Amino acid sequence: MKEHHLRAPLSLEDVLALSAGDIVFLSGTVFTARDKAHALMRREGCPVSLEGAALYHCGPLIREGRVLSAGPTTSGRLDRYTDEILGLGVRAVIGKGGLPAAPFLGRAVYLAYPGGCGAAAARQLNVLGVHLKELGMAESLWQFEAVEMGPMIVAVDAHGGDLYRDVRESAQKTMAL
Amino acid sequence: MTDREVQRGEVVQAAMSALQRAETSLPAWVLQRIEQAIEVESRPVARHHLQFMLDNVRLAEEGLIPLCQDTGLPIFHVRMGRELKLNFPLGEAVAEGVQAATRRIPLRPNAVHPLTRKNSGDNTGPGMPDMIIDYMDGCSLALTAFPKGAGSENMSFLGMLNPADDPLEFIVKSVAERAANACPPLFLGIGLGGTFDLAARLAKRALLNMNAAATGCAPGDSSGFSEDNEELALLQRINRLGIGPMGLGGDTTALGLKIERAYCHTASLPVAVNFQCWANRSATEVIR
Repeated sequence: MKEHHLRAPLSLEDVLALSAGDIVFLSGTVFTARDKAHALMRREGCPVSLEGAALYHCGPLIREGRVLSAGPTTSGRLDRYTDEILGLGVRAVIGKGGLPAAPFLGRAVYLAYPGGCGAAAARQLNVLGVHLKELGMAESLWQFEAVEMGPMIVAVDAHGGDLYRDVRESAQKTMAL
Repeated sequence: MTDREVQRGEVVQAAMSALQRAETSLPAWVLQRIEQAIEVESRPVARHHLQFMLDNVRLAEEGLIPLCQDTGLPIFHVRMGRELKLNFPLGEAVAEGVQAATRRIPLRPNAVHPLTRKNSGDNTGPGMPDMIIDYMDGCSLALTAFPKGAGSENMSFLGMLNPADDPLEFIVKSVAERAANACPPLFLGIGLGGTFDLAARLAKRALLNMNAAATGCAPGDSSGFSEDNEELALLQRINRLGIGPMGLGGDTTALGLKIERAYCHTASLPVAVNFQCWANRSATEVIR
């Protein structure tokens, strides 16, 4: 288990160096997107370049340009978009609850931020800009500057490692006993 | 003549204060259960997650900011003294408190029309706030704010089982499949029996009653909550699954569990489980 301090945008080499179980602290640009932003991007394309991007599944609470609370939302709802989002160049998806590992193989990682910890996350994030503002506070595509955002766990790596799958399989074995 | 007439403004204020405290802190008993879990948790990553959760609550309390960005839908457990007189619609006063809380705390606007998905902007609308009302002796009014996030509600489930099925096995198997998405370690409210809708309401009531017993802040609450033998056995069985905090592995999958029961039809076995995330938020204001 290694600790990494990375800066987004991320390179392919950056993410290939990560293994499931590693800890990551991320600085640099982080974009948020959740249900409505993903649906709109599918219909109309993405208003920003996601080459090397860290994409955060998050609907933040923001007042007067200040991030008040901004923990992760459940990634599972956005599973249907994973392939096309990674196809746009996203190197790290940040969220909670996990996503299937196959689309990440050879190109990207899934980072788990502790769920429910919105107040802690807010201290690591500043607003750089906002896109798709018409979707409302929670659903807009926010552009954040992250300062040592973490600790995040590499839950799905680019080599087929998947902590959620390991835990699920182990639970199934326990239930079969 | 002991009837006490409650003023609308008192209810608006109580709803707002309860919601503010619920969003920016956690009840002491919830924090204690997390602290106890840290002591027995064997996985270092899981321990760090639990500690990070406690640190997050402290930051929220210090800054008076919502501990989770999902400030939830407004659910209120209302306990009303039978000698109380109300000369206004209670639901409207509580809704006004929610609107004021949304502006002041502030809260994220979460309430949308189910089809158009248009956001009301103030966390109220038809059916919201949701109020669960009980009656008690005396002339006080206890308002418990129980804001509920989508992560844990989305993973909650209901099964209309065959009476020949094993309901506990169904619960354990379903929790194993769903827990990771609901911000574990969880609090589990279980409704056993009743009808299709009664089972679901019992499950929500199990969470509310667990909380009421544990906090003991309204008249008639017992002081302290602990699982009975059956609940404890199920809780231990779920914790043996090893799902752990945030589904990343560990001994701590659930922190609390309560079962509420009702008689059901001889041909039915309804089972409902209402998930609550580790951030088991609530706060009570009592108007005396």
